[in-house]
Amino acid sequence: MTEKKKSQLSILFSVIALIGIAIVLFCVNRFTPPTFMLRTVLQLGAIYALVAVSMNLLNGFTGLFSLGQAGFMAVGAYTFAIFTIPVSSRPGVYYLYGVADWLKNIHLPILAGLLAAGLVAAVLAALIGAPVLRLKSDYFAIATLGFAEIVRIIVGSTPMNRVTNGSLGLKMIPKFPNFYFPFLISGICILIIALLLRSSYGRAFKAIREDEIAAEAMGINLAKHKQMSFIISSFFAGIGGALMGMFLGAITSTTFNITLTYNILLIVVIGGMGSMTGSIISAFLVIAAREWWLRFLDQSTYIGSFHVPLLKTGFRMVVFSIILMIVVLFFRKGIMGMKEFNWNFILNRLDKKDPAASAGGEGNE
Amino acid sequence: MSNTVLSVQDVTMQFGGVVAVNNLSLEVHEGEIVSLIGPNGAGKTTAFNVITGVYAPTNGAVDFHGKQIICNHPKGKMDKLYAGENKGKYKKTLEPTPDKITKLGIARTFQNIRLFKELTVLENVLIAKHMRMKANIFTDTFLLSWKEEKQMKEDALELLRILDLYDVRNEIASSLPYGKQRHLEIARALATDPSLLLLDEPAAGLNPQETDELTAFIKRVRDQFHLTVFMIEHHMNLVMDISDRIYVIDFGKLIASGTPNEIQNNQKVIDAYLGVAEDD
Amino acid sequence: MTSTAFLQYCLTGISIGGIYALIAIGYTMVYGILRLINFAHGDIFMMAAYFMIFAMVDFALPWYVSIILVLTATVVLGVVIEKVAYKPLRSAPRMSIMISAIGVSYLLQNLATYLFSALPKGYPTIAFLTKTIRIGTLSTSVVTFITPILTLAFVFILIQLINHTKMGMAMRAVSKDFETSQLMGIKINRVISFTFVIGCFLAAVGSILYFTPRPSVYPLAGSLPGLKCFIAAVFGGIGSIPGAVLGGFLIGLSETFIKAAGYSEFSDVFTFILLIVVLLFKPTGLFGEKITEKV
Repeated sequence: MTEKKKSQLSILFSVIALIGIAIVLFCVNRFTPPTFMLRTVLQLGAIYALVAVSMNLLNGFTGLFSLGQAGFMAVGAYTFAIFTIPVSSRPGVYYLYGVADWLKNIHLPILAGLLAAGLVAAVLAALIGAPVLRLKSDYFAIATLGFAEIVRIIVGSTPMNRVTNGSLGLKMIPKFPNFYFPFLISGICILIIALLLRSSYGRAFKAIREDEIAAEAMGINLAKHKQMSFIISSFFAGIGGALMGMFLGAITSTTFNITLTYNILLIVVIGGMGSMTGSIISAFLVIAAREWWLRFLDQSTYIGSFHVPLLKTGFRMVVFSIILMIVVLFFRKGIMGMKEFNWNFILNRLDKKDPAASAGGEGNE
Repeated sequence: MSNTVLSVQDVTMQFGGVVAVNNLSLEVHEGEIVSLIGPNGAGKTTAFNVITGVYAPTNGAVDFHGKQIICNHPKGKMDKLYAGENKGKYKKTLEPTPDKITKLGIARTFQNIRLFKELTVLENVLIAKHMRMKANIFTDTFLLSWKEEKQMKEDALELLRILDLYDVRNEIASSLPYGKQRHLEIARALATDPSLLLLDEPAAGLNPQETDELTAFIKRVRDQFHLTVFMIEHHMNLVMDISDRIYVIDFGKLIASGTPNEIQNNQKVIDAYLGVAEDD
Repeated sequence: MTSTAFLQYCLTGISIGGIYALIAIGYTMVYGILRLINFAHGDIFMMAAYFMIFAMVDFALPWYVSIILVLTATVVLGVVIEKVAYKPLRSAPRMSIMISAIGVSYLLQNLATYLFSALPKGYPTIAFLTKTIRIGTLSTSVVTFITPILTLAFVFILIQLINHTKMGMAMRAVSKDFETSQLMGIKINRVISFTFVIGCFLAAVGSILYFTPRPSVYPLAGSLPGLKCFIAAVFGGIGSIPGAVLGGFLIGLSETFIKAAGYSEFSDVFTFILLIVVLLFKPTGLFGEKITEKV
């Protein structure tokens, strides 16, 4: 099989897989009751997949260990909420402090709101990026973490009452217009990131991850490229935050605390730092495990008259953290390592007779 | 004599109280292969790092194709500490970052190979071509500049073909044998389209056979790409075989310069260096 | 502000600063040796508080036994964390070990939620520490008063230990050059364990002093103080013990005065801004050493 034929087959498989996913989503939407857990898991999984991929762009592909994701999500979610909560419901939302005058009559449709969420987060990233990106690895991590905390505190503070509703947070955020919405938005955003990563700029990001000094010696302007990666990652984190706001319907500043960043980081680590498909798979797995499959761990259970030990509220998260530690310690590469999912493992099987052509990397390792 | 490509003028590099490079001046002419030799710790790599913009020199200037690209003089704390010569001769401050220098046409390799280890051979070369790209991040992401990308890839593959790395183009860089990694590092440097190639101990860690291969490789590259080569090297066979001229430094100071023959018979050099390096 | 109020705030600030200093030492020492931001340190501090509740409330032990138990348990916890979560990653990239530290922090928080529930739990009163005393016109509790004294005493002992014992010398060597000191025959694992022992011991002392005047403990109680103490360590120059102490006092004092001026919601913002400003203008902090990468 020639390389060309292989890539054609890969595309064909991918199209079939996409159609398959679409059919599954359609069936889930059609044949499950609105409260069914799978619906929630899939929607939340799609949101986390986007945020995890955007974090991976920075942490896994550019090698900049950022812990500011929740901060940019907060900015996105609040921007979206402030501009899209229907004008008629605002008196109810801001019942205690009232709405700022300039804001009173500005209302954006959902898509414009999402774009605004991304843009505001990106602008903020551009502002803090120039100084913060000069810092080295762990200092950069701690500075972004500090920045996220600053955002969170300011968003929930009294001087912001008439804009963000202070510590009370915002509610009545528009819900998803339909079941497919988060998948569509998330899918488009992830596709854009994928296109970016396969471009020459994406390669330059990877070069910076591999070796900053060599990358600079190859003519890559470090400051500029790091800034681009930071801004783009924040843009999509902002959109992810907005989707999170839509999913939850109500947000407060504590929604976006450090634990959220940690959760996303863990998804990225489990999926594999530097693998987009890893992040996506891991997002759905982690969310399904956390919100659904491991739920039983939180309920005290009797089998006959035997009280199953350990099971009570909070055990789920303990088990979850232990799984995570096991991954960190023993499976450091995560599900996918730095590889991306591809169809080679099927193609190579079809192609066994020609060993020369099967030299490509395997998908699952 | 042909055109001067690189001209290092009175460069001094001082770290705290330690003078690593002391008032170094040298010239490299078009089409030459020039070597910089000296005992360990003589300041060779530091000199390279100054030329490539990794360190800004404490004092002195560097010209490239007759145009000043780097210039500095002692400032701040260094003003008092400065122990070198020619203080006050240079007034301007010109401290470009390494990527700017590479863009001007000076490419380098590293003493301890610094490939993009987890990426393929082809990707390593493509990355070096990135800075010459005209497309911006938007057109490149949304596939609007696919023609330029295609051209870039073709050029990279052509380069790999010329340098006998085409067969391993899809291998992960770190999986290559050591000798091949050295070749790839040179290939990657060539992909930046340089007129001057700086090689920092290209034969370090190679066995005699690989060293011979490398010697041929460097000569071939120089001729095929019309390059000027300036290198640091310890393998005397390689240096004497390949160099048009040699500069010798010791304790940061230039102690001799000339053709391989002259250097081999220079008493100062023998004292400082060759005598000691016999066990190499 | 009257002078009495001013002095009162100074005392409060110095006291909280002393606690920050004790915790910051743990960060700075671990960073000095392993180049690791021990994200779990704040949570170890939180766990120490729960150990105290366990000992004094659940087992009704007298305070002096409880304190010894708490110190021991915290030290053991810290050393176990190091052995299980950091030691296997010694040759791994720095990012991995940092992620492991974040994982441990996450695990401790979830474990505390599971064992003690997310609801705040009352911290036991140690009678003689909460007594009110008067010094001139100031009235304060014993704990506020003795905190800075204890802090300085511990710092003094620690510096003696580092400068004048064999183990201290080994620690200094390891923090200068990890690999070379290993080649010189220093038992690196013992040095690292010892560092964790000291760091966790001081965190436990800090925990007792911090929570005694406060009503309750909850599973996330360690994360914000932890971050602040890390900032204190960065401010003083990470790796430097006097730096960490100075940073701790400075953050404690400025935080107290910002609160006194009526901007309590922004006191943490100030701390984080301080962090970013320090990192930008003097990334090595007040007493830190510069590390440059070799090309």
